[in-house]
Formats: sequence, C-alpha cells, structure tokens
Amino acid sequence: MDFIQNFPFMSIILSLFSGPLSSILNGKWAKRVNMAVITVIGLMSGSVLAYVLGTGQGFVYRMGHFSAPWGNEIRVGVLEAFMALFFCVIMLLCMLGGVAEREKEIEVSKQNLYYIMVNLLLCSLLALIYTNDLFTAYVFVEINTISACGLIMIKQNGRTIEAATRYMIMSLLGSGLLLLGICFLYDLTGHLLMSNIKEQVQMLAATGQYHIPLVVSLGLMSVGLAIKSALYPFHAWLPDAYGYSTLSSAAILSSLVSKGYIFLLVKIFYRVIGFNVICESKVIHVLFVFGILGMIMGSVSAIQERDIRRMIAYSSVAQIGYIYMGFGLGTEIGVVASIYHILSHAATKSLLFVAASGITDASGGSRQFRDLTGAGFRNKLAGIAFTVGSLSMVGMPMFSGFISKLLFGQAAMGHTHKMLPTLIALAVSTVLNAIYFMKTVIRLYAPGSGEEAMVEGRVIHIKEQPAKSVALVFFILLNLILGLNSEPVIRLIESGLQMFD
Amino acid sequence: MSKKVPEEQYQKTFSYKFKQWLDGTKDPFLDTVEMKRQETFLENKEVLQQREEEKERLLQKACDLERNAEFRIFRKIYRVFSVLFCVSLVIMLLTAVSNLPTFGKADNPVNNEVSARYIEKGLQETGAVNIVTGMILDYRAFDTLGESHVLFVATCAVLILLRVDKKDDRDLYQTNDRKYEPKNDVILQTVARILVPPIFIFGIYIILAGHLGPGGGFSGGAVIGAGLILYLNAFGFAKTEKFFTAKTYRIMSFGALACYSLAKSYSFYTGANDIESIIPLGTPGAILSSGLILLLNICVGIVVAGTMYTFYCMFRKGGY
Repeated sequence: MDFIQNFPFMSIILSLFSGPLSSILNGKWAKRVNMAVITVIGLMSGSVLAYVLGTGQGFVYRMGHFSAPWGNEIRVGVLEAFMALFFCVIMLLCMLGGVAEREKEIEVSKQNLYYIMVNLLLCSLLALIYTNDLFTAYVFVEINTISACGLIMIKQNGRTIEAATRYMIMSLLGSGLLLLGICFLYDLTGHLLMSNIKEQVQMLAATGQYHIPLVVSLGLMSVGLAIKSALYPFHAWLPDAYGYSTLSSAAILSSLVSKGYIFLLVKIFYRVIGFNVICESKVIHVLFVFGILGMIMGSVSAIQERDIRRMIAYSSVAQIGYIYMGFGLGTEIGVVASIYHILSHAATKSLLFVAASGITDASGGSRQFRDLTGAGFRNKLAGIAFTVGSLSMVGMPMFSGFISKLLFGQAAMGHTHKMLPTLIALAVSTVLNAIYFMKTVIRLYAPGSGEEAMVEGRVIHIKEQPAKSVALVFFILLNLILGLNSEPVIRLIESGLQMFD
Repeated sequence: MSKKVPEEQYQKTFSYKFKQWLDGTKDPFLDTVEMKRQETFLENKEVLQQREEEKERLLQKACDLERNAEFRIFRKIYRVFSVLFCVSLVIMLLTAVSNLPTFGKADNPVNNEVSARYIEKGLQETGAVNIVTGMILDYRAFDTLGESHVLFVATCAVLILLRVDKKDDRDLYQTNDRKYEPKNDVILQTVARILVPPIFIFGIYIILAGHLGPGGGFSGGAVIGAGLILYLNAFGFAKTEKFFTAKTYRIMSFGALACYSLAKSYSFYTGANDIESIIPLGTPGAILSSGLILLLNICVGIVVAGTMYTFYCMFRKGGY
C-alpha cells in the first residue's frame, strides 16, 4: 500500500485534532493554525487527486484492524479527492477574505472558538466527502450542523441569534429525517456500509419486496438533506443566516456547508441506492418540481430585496434550485451538470459575498442599495469582482456560470417530459438573475450625486485590505479557470461518477 | 464667421426654442413653463403631530393581533394545515413501519453476518467482555471519535452563546445569581458531604468497568458531572474554583481529546497498513485488558464530565 493512500485519513484526523488544539491557543495563534491546517490538507488532497488520476481507480482505506462491514472505512475516488481539494481552496479564500471583519465583529476572547468551529467544520466536510458508511456520515452531519450554528451566532447581535435559532430548528429537523431514513434502510438491509446496502437494495428493488418502506426511506433522506441545503420551500432560515453572520461565515455557509449535504445526497443516490432505482422512484420528480420552483421564487425574492447581502443570500436559493433540478432530470448528464454547478456556485457565491463586503466598506458600512451608488469607483477591485461574479451568475460566456447553464440545457435536450419545463425555467430564471444582478452592477457604476458620495464613502486602496484583495483576485481567477477551461473538470466529474459504481 | 445676433432676435429663433424645450423650461405646445423647482416642503407642528399619530395608529393596527383579519385567517389556515400535515405524515410513517420486517424474527435482514461476528468473535477480537463497548470503541471507533467531538463542539457553541467575558457585564449578571435561595444551606451541605464521594467513586467505577460490564465513558462521565454539579450547588463557586476553573477544563478536554485522537490514529494507521499493533489485548475480564478501550473510556469520561459541569456553569452565571 502506498503511503499516499494514508492522506485522506490524515487530513480528517488533522482537522479533527486542530479543533481541540485551538481551544488552548489564543485567537492569533488559532488563526495561524487554522490557515496552516487548511493549506496542508489542500496540498494532501491535491496529491491524492494526482495519485488517483494516475492509477485510474479509487481505493478503500480501512479505518482500524477490522475490514468493512464490521469496522469503518473511507473510500477515495477522483471526485472525492477533487471535492476535498476544491473545498479547501474555497475555505482558505473565504477565511482570507473575512480577516478584517472577524477581527472587528468577534469578541477578542472568543476568536479561538471561531477557529474551533471552522476546523471541525472542515473535518466534517472531509468526512462527508470520503465516508463509505451511512452512520459515519450521520455523525459528521451532526458536527457540521452544530459548528455551522456556531459560525452564525459568533457575531452576537439579535439578528444572528434569531438566525441561528432558525437555522438550528430547521437543520435539526433535517438531521432527524435523515436519521429516520437511515434507520429504515438499516432495518431493510441489515447494513450501514454503502456498498453492501446497495447490493441489498438492488435485490429488493428487483424482487419488489418492501417497496413502500424503501420509497419512504428514500424520501425521508432526500427531504432531510434538502432542508439542510435550503431547497426552495425549506429555505426560510437562509436569508438571515447568510445575510447577518460575519463575512467568512456567510461565504463558507453558502459555498461549502450546503454543498457538503448535496454531495452526500449524490453519494446516497449513486452508492447507497443505485441510480437506476432512484430514477424509477417518484422522488426525483418531487426534487425536480421543487428545484424549478426554487429557481423562480428565489430570484423573485432577490429582486424585492433592498439589502445587498440578503439579495445574494436569496440568489443562493435559486442556485440550489438549479442543482436539484439537475438531479430531478434523472440522467447521468443532469447529475454532471449539477455537480459542475456545485463547483461553479461555490466559487461564485463566495466571491460575491467577499466583493459585496468590499463594496459596503466603501459605502460607509451601509448595505442598503441607495447608499451603494457609485461604490464601484470607490473600491475598484471589489467593483470588478462583483461584476465578474454577477456576470457568472447570470451566465455570461467566459465565466463558470455559463458552462453550468449550458450543461443544464444540454441535459434537458431530448428528455421526453422534462425538456420544455427545464428550458423555460432556465430562460426565466436567467432573465430574473440578470434583473437583480445587473441592477446592482449598474448602480455600482452609476455616477453618484456628489453629496452622498462625500459623506462616508471614499476610495479604498488595495493596500488597506490586502487579504481581501488577494482573496478577490484568486476568486476571479478561479471563476475564469472554471469558465474557460471546463473540459478537464467535466471529464473529471464524469470519471468520478463512473468510479462511484 | 458667425455674426452676433441681438438678444431679442435670438430669443425668437428656432434653435433657442429648441434649447428651451430640451432644458425643460418651456413646453412648445402650451407656451408656458412646464417644470419649475418644487417648493421646499415645510412642516409645521400640526402636520408633524398628525403624522406621528397616524404612524402610531398604523403600528397599533398592525400589531393588534386580535383584530388583524389577515393574521387571524392565516392562523386558522395554519392550524388546519398543520393538523392535516401531521396526520398525513403519521399515516405515511405508520404505513411504512407496518411494512417493515416483523420485529424479532430470526430471518430478518438485520440478523446477518455483521451482528453474528460482533456476538461470536467480539470477546476474542477486542478483548472486551461488554461487546457493546467493544463495538463502539474498537470495531466502529471512527464513529465514536466523531461522536465525542460532537460533544466538544456543542460545548464550544454554548461557550460562544453564554460565556460572559467582559468584566462589567459579569458583575451585572452575578448580582442576580441565586437571589432567592439560601446560601450555605446546612441540609444541602450535609447531604452533599455524604453523597458526593460515593457519586464520584461510582462514576469512576462505571468508567473503568466499561469494558467488563454495563457502563462506559459516556454514562460514567455523566454521573461524575452530576456529582460536580451537586457539590457546586452545596458549597458555591468559591470552593469549586479551587480545583476546577475554565483553564482546567480547557486543558483537560484538550488532553483527553488529543489522547483519544492520537491513540485512535495509531490503531487506524497500523490497521490500514497491515502493521501488527503493539498493544496487547490482555486477559478478558481483567481491569487492564482489551487494548485501548480502557484508555478511550477514560478520555470520553473526562470530556463528558467536563461538558456537563461547563453547561451548568454557563447557564448559571456565564462563566466559572
């Protein structure tokens, strides 16, 4: 066994260990440890990706002396390694972008608690990505939920406490439904290991035994994870949680936490139930309808919003809708499009959050639209970054959003029943996206009336916010890479999905 | 080569009229001024007062939940829908449950090779007489490692929410602490003096005997935590802070979790790389047996006891 195969296990343990370690450090050192841990894990994931691409097949890593159905194991394929690498990059950039806000908004004595939460969140995301066992996944979903709650409420004011309460109630409901689904599945198959469950489920599906409990358990797990990732009718917790928490929390929550749950759902579809069984069940039609509703309603809510952060948050609802619509198509290429959109949305949404904070800094800290007039001239880099993010979200060629919309369109083509609704929803949603994002961009570059601009806003030099500027530049690059060089990424996703079987 | 035109003559030209129309100062159809500056809005006291009253009335009406028709209708519909939703959910789940494999039958899918090996070979492979402990701390140790960090992260979340770090805030809250309760209650103190030592000993026993019989880190830690809370209630913070402060807790929980992570990393690493583990299993039934399980139980016990006590202190006064 090659030494490099230990890396996924080491990255999970390293991030797990750095949580308690941060509890005895002060805020400054905890921050350094956190940055170092994320970087090291990113490098390790990168080398694992290179290794898996080199050997051309995934591998199973036994956690302990007992092999799979008795002990725990993790499984590493191309998609898993790539996701781990991508999540590390995004998390590092989010943490970098929000340094100044964290210093300002979090009490000095509680800074290290924030890094505990981030480290354990990273650990849980890695475990969700790599795990090959449904119950392990549930344990780390718990860590994920609690640490996400902590990320929201660390900036303490009434708004965030209320948002955290909402988040906790909805998210725990989702966890409960997921656990219920896992229990049903265990009772039907007698296993918790993904590959063994799949074997049994395929058999049950072929013989038609236990049809009702199987569908109910599938529905419970899908709805549970849909609540946790804010699919449209369950999105009530989202705008406050993303809108009022501190900057890096909002960016991490929108681009990583919800995506971790969606990735787990993909794993459940492919590795636990089997995609053929999923496509035969009615559950994907429900996901499809909710996805399309989310695409439209999320954008409509975003148009009505007067607060730039909340507008970006509502836009997340629409983008999550896209992802679930891709699952709902029930074809391989639809899932590829959805996974690509996970990447594209993660890169773009965190970019938008960081850029929006740069813009509000230049507008005297106000997040209301009327105060943002001309802010693109006052903070040039943030203005450019926000424009890039907006264009990507609307789906301009050259940026990542275009590729995912193209993939969705291609996936819908030739589908017997769902082609027309998908294409119409894509068109309508794109127009709605354009309305609120372009409205913002135009306002950013509107020549403001002299008096208003003079009050508090001023030109922000790049030197003043070095970390944020670096993060923004890298985010823009990431977006361009995903937009201009999408072929290898798509091929990678396809080969990763094939390795799932 | 333009010639200068007198002002009156210029005002009659088309270009002047066009310019006026363009500026918006003149309407060519009405021949009157179309736009003029709006008069500055002057407010006198009466208008202001009236507006304030209107605002107040609006607020009253909006927040008057008793007479707000929209809210009333919404509440009725909400009640009906929630009942309908719950009933349909109950029906759905009951249908699913009634279609599950019958409970307790021998040929159920749950009775497969997985549980068979746990029961038949558990003692031999883990060295733990209590096979549940053997299962959670050896076979499926990765899950339990995550589970103990769930406790840790939950404590940290409570610390974020309830810990009062600013000194003036703490003084403010502390004044209200146990306002109506007697301090140094003789009955409580006497009972605590008798009860606390056995509770601690019992807790330690449960932890140490986790691999031999019913018990383990989670339950034993909870017992010790309860003992600590009783001691605190009887004797107050002045006594407990002599041996248990926030710093003690931090170092204790870090030490326990680090120990846990390191021990388990060793066994994961050796297990995955097919290296023989140097930790002996010992004779089943002896106190020093079953490999790492005893150590892990102690670690979990420390974390759980500290967590219980910390929760209590946080809810009581936001610090130690």
